[in-house]
Amino acid sequence: MRTIILKSASSYLLPVLLLFSVFILLRGHYLPGGGFVGGLVAAIAFVLDAFSNGLDKAKKILKFHPGFLMPVGLMIAFLSGISPMLLADLPMMTGIWAENPIPVIGAIGSPLFFDIGVYLVVIGSSLTIIFTISESV
Amino acid sequence: MLEAVLLGFLFSLFLVFAGSYFRGKLAVLSSIIPISLFVYFLSFIPEVSNGEVIYENHEWIPSFGVNLSFTLDGLALLFVLMITGIGSLVFLYTSAYLKNHNYLDRFYGYLSLFMASMLGLVLSDNLMSLFIFWELTSISSFYLIGFNNDKADSRKSALVALGITGIGGLLLLGGAVLLGDVAGTYRISEMLSMRDAITDSSHYILILLLIFGAAFTKSAQFPFHFWLPGAMKAPTPVSTYLHSATMVKAGVYLLFRMTPVLNGGEIWHTILIAVGGITMLYSAIHIIFRTDLKGILAYSTISALGILVFLIGIGTQAALIAAAVFIVVHALYKASLFLITGIIDHETGTRDVTQLAGLRKVLLPVAIAGFIAALISGGVPPTLGFVGKDLIYESTLHFTSNAVLLTIIAISTNVLLFYAGFVAGVKPFMGQLPKKFENIHLPSPLMWVPPLIMTFAGVVFGIFPGLIESAFAKPIAMTQAIAFEDFHLKLWHGFNTILGLSAITLVLGTVLYLKLSPRHALENSIAKFDFISPKVLFLKLSEGFAVFSKYWTNFFQTGYLRHYISTIVAFLILLLGYLIFSDFSLETDFTALADLTIYEISILLMLLAGVLYTVFTKSRLAAVAALGVVGLSFSLLFLFYSAPDLAMTQFSVDTLTVILFVLVLYKLPRYLNLSEKWLRIKHGILSVSFGILITLLILRVLTEPKNTEITEFYAENAYKLAHGKNVVNVILVDFRGIDTMIEISVLIVAALGVFGLLKLRLKTRDKK
Repeated sequence: MRTIILKSASSYLLPVLLLFSVFILLRGHYLPGGGFVGGLVAAIAFVLDAFSNGLDKAKKILKFHPGFLMPVGLMIAFLSGISPMLLADLPMMTGIWAENPIPVIGAIGSPLFFDIGVYLVVIGSSLTIIFTISESV
Repeated sequence: MLEAVLLGFLFSLFLVFAGSYFRGKLAVLSSIIPISLFVYFLSFIPEVSNGEVIYENHEWIPSFGVNLSFTLDGLALLFVLMITGIGSLVFLYTSAYLKNHNYLDRFYGYLSLFMASMLGLVLSDNLMSLFIFWELTSISSFYLIGFNNDKADSRKSALVALGITGIGGLLLLGGAVLLGDVAGTYRISEMLSMRDAITDSSHYILILLLIFGAAFTKSAQFPFHFWLPGAMKAPTPVSTYLHSATMVKAGVYLLFRMTPVLNGGEIWHTILIAVGGITMLYSAIHIIFRTDLKGILAYSTISALGILVFLIGIGTQAALIAAAVFIVVHALYKASLFLITGIIDHETGTRDVTQLAGLRKVLLPVAIAGFIAALISGGVPPTLGFVGKDLIYESTLHFTSNAVLLTIIAISTNVLLFYAGFVAGVKPFMGQLPKKFENIHLPSPLMWVPPLIMTFAGVVFGIFPGLIESAFAKPIAMTQAIAFEDFHLKLWHGFNTILGLSAITLVLGTVLYLKLSPRHALENSIAKFDFISPKVLFLKLSEGFAVFSKYWTNFFQTGYLRHYISTIVAFLILLLGYLIFSDFSLETDFTALADLTIYEISILLMLLAGVLYTVFTKSRLAAVAALGVVGLSFSLLFLFYSAPDLAMTQFSVDTLTVILFVLVLYKLPRYLNLSEKWLRIKHGILSVSFGILITLLILRVLTEPKNTEITEFYAENAYKLAHGKNVVNVILVDFRGIDTMIEISVLIVAALGVFGLLKLRLKTRDKK
């Protein structure tokens, strides 16, 4: 499956797809998108790279095992969930928002961080599953 | 009181870290805990004997009505003093009995855990906390019975005891929940005023049976009694503490506590008198066939527990007082006899009563204690045993029905208990000392002083029964919510029928002891009937259950994914099919449906082609690709029906799925070995009928009036409350964020599962 076209395309596709996945993640609050889809797109980006350049190279780009993204993401989601309890004395999972939106990113609030957590968990678990399976067959 | 209950738990926790200091000479210091608790509770005697009841409440889970509320009345005081008092002696005794044992600290840990749970149990005013402490006693006694965990039969007895008392715990939970439901509270003190409402409720019989089940399993009533002789595998201090004085009396305590709440007349009396009567006579007869000292004591304990249940069943004031006094009597003499047996076992290495004789020459103080204990157990004046026995006869004689029969049962049981007490407390010390025991030495005073203390107490209380009367007997009678009549405990009532009955008991008991001696032949003769004993029947039942569950598991857990899926689908078909066809009316308004557009028709055709190709293709990869087509067609459908979020997600998921399949299948051999024809037909029928059912279900849903309340709420508030315009995403990350949180956790668990399974398999393969 290692055709030259795919190989040269994938080296451009990876950053573009990753950027796209972040775009999907951020636009989720107003338009179709969100952490789950964004995470899947990012995972596909890496899988595509693994397809064309081999699993080892894709792993090298990641630098660390994708499994580590899972606890990190879960932790971010959890912290954003309890942040209203700690910061504003509100019940768990109440959305708290910064007053002024930041250019490009948009409104910043605890749900955004929750979504980032989901994003990381989705990348982590789908890559862990796919990499593990492709290593063992 | 909370501190008093927690002290034991804290001490056992402390031993986890500092246990090594308590293994050697310092072990005896552990006794400070029960002794100080004993003194603490002694200080409540003046208040309680004035009829005061001390309450203490700590909120725990107030929303469920589960609180740590404690109450100290006469009944609770009797039990806490017994638990801490006998506990103190047992703690002291153990430091010598298990001297330099490797795990002595562990033993003390279990013991104080048990003591604390027991205190919590008898002090609890809340049924739920009572249940929790009840379970804790079962669990801690499991550790204690199985203390010699290197022996298989010790482990097995611990399991049997845990199993039986565990079933009882579940019954108690059921009873407590029902009772709480009927009464509207879990506080026992509040239930007292609701007796009529409870006994009239439709759940009354069920509540009664559940509570009885709990009490009978814990207090070793027939036919659940067999765990108690088995539990004698435990070290002697455990048998002393748990199986004579405290834990087995928890069931009796529960019945006592519940008498003012649940005593609803005929059924209460009948069941308790029947079960108690059978138990006391059945196990008293068993005593004759035993030669092991501990076995004799175990059966006489069961018999005594039967007497207690029997007396509570009679339920008159005299009977309840008799029960209260008998609890003290039994605790004193039975704990002493167990400790004495422990000393004999420790010094001679045997508990076989046919081999023991003449030990008075070497163990004189122990012999004195044994003799007095036997006197108390036999009810010989002037011991407390005599007072207790008189009260028993008084209550049976004055019972309204079958007084003669009940009295005869009580007399025969007492005669046999007299025999048991003398065989265990006197026989080993009489006669000629065998040569092999000649160089036995008296052990440390820590071992022989405790039984002496208890037996002397039995005599002192017998001569001055007033001591017990004001502290326990009267306050207990007052807690029982029966018309209270003043009474006095007396050693001497003058010449009357009861005295005559006592005399008959003593004479018959003496004759039995002199004429009958324990023999192995007798023991063997009863072994023939083992196959119909409750123990064997229960074990057979549990074995049968294990076999059944093995077949059951093997039937459903085949390990093949296709079997699981077909089972799940088949089950759903049955369930849905039943629901749909039991009340079916296809009233779909087809005119209300929008017209089919050309897009939808083409997507449907794509879908159909994809499905058919997947099913009939001979190539794996082609099947996977066709499956992808199906998935993508679905995302297109979502897109047309304005669910772009779903479409996007479905699209990405499908892409990943196809990649995954390709990754796996790419390496497999090319040819496709299809399942057998009939199997494919079976699966085909399953899937087609499932599809039809789902279609019918959806058509049905369309006819239901739509509930748009939730949809409207989300649409309205997505921006107002959550600052988001994409409702789907707002629901995911904000409104129902906790769901998402749990979903991503599930995702992680799945990923870890795949990782663990495959990596583990790799490693074992690498080994080869």
